Amino acid sequence: MYGKGIIKGLGVTLRRFIDTYLDDFAWWGRRYFNPEGIAHRSSKNTRGIFTVQYPEEKLPVPEEFRYVPFLVYDERGDGGQEIRCTSCGICAKVCPPQCIWIVRTNDPQTGRPVPEPAEFFIDADICMNCGFCAEYCPFDAIIMDHDYEIASYQRNVFNMQQLLKPASYYKGIRPLNYQRNEQERQAKLAAKAAKTEAAS
Amino acid sequence: MATLDRTDTLDLSALAPESVKADTRPSFEGWIVDKAKLIDVATALRDRHGFDLLSSVTGVDYFPDTMEVVYHAYRTIGGPGIVFKVQVPRHDPIEIPSLTPVWPGAEFQEREIWDLFGIRFTDHPDLRRILMWEGFEGHPLRKDWREPFYEEDYKPLKSRWPEGHYVSSEDKTVYKDNLQYPPNFDPEKAVFDGEASLYGALARYTTTDAGLKTDRIVLNLGPQHPSTHGVFRAAVVLDGETIVSLKPVMGYLHRNHEKIGERNTYLQNMPYTDRLDYFNSMSNNWGYSLAVEKLMGVRPPERAEYLRVIMAELSRIQNHLILIGMLLNDLGAMFTPALYAFEERELILDIFEAASGSRMMCNYHRFGGVARDLPDGVLEKIRGLVLERLPRKADEFERLLTENEIFISRMQGVKVIDGDDAVRYSITGPVLRAAGVPYDVRRAQPYGVYDRFEFDVALREHGDLYDNYLIRLDEIRQSLRILQQAVSQMPEGPIIAGKPQYQVRVPAGEAYGRIEAPKGELGYYLVSTGKPNPWRYHVRAPSFINITALEKMCVGKKIADFVVILGVIDIVLGELDR
Repeated sequence: MYGKGIIKGLGVTLRRFIDTYLDDFAWWGRRYFNPEGIAHRSSKNTRGIFTVQYPEEKLPVPEEFRYVPFLVYDERGDGGQEIRCTSCGICAKVCPPQCIWIVRTNDPQTGRPVPEPAEFFIDADICMNCGFCAEYCPFDAIIMDHDYEIASYQRNVFNMQQLLKPASYYKGIRPLNYQRNEQERQAKLAAKAAKTEAAS
Repeated sequence: MATLDRTDTLDLSALAPESVKADTRPSFEGWIVDKAKLIDVATALRDRHGFDLLSSVTGVDYFPDTMEVVYHAYRTIGGPGIVFKVQVPRHDPIEIPSLTPVWPGAEFQEREIWDLFGIRFTDHPDLRRILMWEGFEGHPLRKDWREPFYEEDYKPLKSRWPEGHYVSSEDKTVYKDNLQYPPNFDPEKAVFDGEASLYGALARYTTTDAGLKTDRIVLNLGPQHPSTHGVFRAAVVLDGETIVSLKPVMGYLHRNHEKIGERNTYLQNMPYTDRLDYFNSMSNNWGYSLAVEKLMGVRPPERAEYLRVIMAELSRIQNHLILIGMLLNDLGAMFTPALYAFEERELILDIFEAASGSRMMCNYHRFGGVARDLPDGVLEKIRGLVLERLPRKADEFERLLTENEIFISRMQGVKVIDGDDAVRYSITGPVLRAAGVPYDVRRAQPYGVYDRFEFDVALREHGDLYDNYLIRLDEIRQSLRILQQAVSQMPEGPIIAGKPQYQVRVPAGEAYGRIEAPKGELGYYLVSTGKPNPWRYHVRAPSFINITALEKMCVGKKIADFVVILGVIDIVLGELDR
């Protein structure tokens, strides 16, 4: 019968239309604007419309999600900041679009470099969010962020003050990575302590 | 095991002993052919030895002495390929006979070499610039050509570290903007070429049919036209509604990816490959890491190989879904099929995001493995998709469209290209298979662990638009078959060979890595000198080469068919323009 194919196809769209309402009833009051509903709409069992109403609702980002990096500092007991970065330059060297500029600190007396950056720039407009800097940083001092809402009317060139975020923030967005890094750090410290003990 | 690392054992020097010599440079392969004998050798290869598919043609600038053109030819019946090269002294004019008469698929690639290297191809039918505009000064891929705001030949740049200081590129010109004029250039007085050469290349558009002098219509489709999927333009000569002649115009998105690639270190190129075919960054990564791994001589561990297969096949599924959806959009079925396709893609991108950290710019591969293992629960999610949801959705697409009478009457019988022509024009991927040539790199020269999976090379016979649509559904089904096997066989173990390094040591030599990307054969040609940066980095982009036959496909058809033909070729401008 001519037209059978069209009717079959329209059946698919009608099915979707009905499914949306069926799912609305099945998830009455829970389908929109709550995390459970969002998770359902991005699972394999979702039916019908599964639009996420951005910006009222946001998809949760997975832990590995990467956006423009930030610098990590550890909070000292007295409220001071201990910047993890040693300005070794690996991130600046590995950065594909070369958007990281590090100004090194020199000791005023000896003129030798001090392992702490004087200034640290990231041009977020050039950054391609590849995540290499965080991946290859030996000190876990630079980490990819989860905050993707950085649109602005100016160019986004972040200096060190804008880039610094506490280690607790890092722990908040990437708990598993943080845990892994901490274990490695503890292991390294223990190994070092054992070495010095053996030497003495 | 994969036959990746071998080229064909055919002794080319037997053809013409005094003008063909083996390439004896260490870690180089293939044959160096005298340019006077090039056409004879190529014809013999094609006719007597069955190398009917010219995969890639590219130039290399061995500054300061030699220019080289490298040809990679394969048999569509499968097996290893053959490499042959022509070397000429590096002073202008540099001339090499064109291979377009032997393999018409060389046409655009030779134009690209002329454009970027300044090598002239004698007897080329239409040797104009292709990616840069007429009137552009210089040939950018030559080693002595330097871009505006040139800093250094190789990254990392010293101004970042250790002599770090921030300078915005806007501050570098008096106009406070990203532009640079040549000295004595006055934009007010400049006279541009006006594209006379483009229109000159089109078939003559004044006819004297039946004694009447009539002008045919020249129509420019694009660069801003929704059916061209980006900034692609076709200059078309029309006789009524029938296409008489057509020339694609491209390069609007050109950023000289290859020059950037030669400035980058090997690892830095990885995220740049994401931006070629931005729907399939997982496949692009694979082609590149394959070429570098071939040079380095490492093999990824089992688990990494399986992860690669899973990601590449998921990527193929979402690519074909988008193609079908957008094809219907081009046909005028405003947006319902496209959004249905995007829904499934969304779920696949969620997996990419969880595994790699990004939905589209995945940057997932590393040399000798992949960047990260799958987080908890993601493998379950993949299982749910490939075992339950996606097969169901493929059937749903089938019900939605395949029998639709309007769709069929529009698609069936509109020939895109037949098999022989497709091979001559170096077309690869689904378009070639829809024309009845069962050529798929996953089978013809298996890479990774593809030799372990049971799947069929999807094949259709007629080569019309409808077959080109059906083959996408077939390929989705075959990819699902591969995925179902891959997720059930997935071994445990490490995901990268050796320790992750940010500076890899790549020994000197050349390598050509190719994979079956969703759009066709994606190849990477690399020349290493042992330094941290590649000397030559070339991408054989399937979109770019498949478009070579666009005129052949469209002449004699209606203008409305052009839109659909372009839709089924499946171009993506990030890769086409590079």
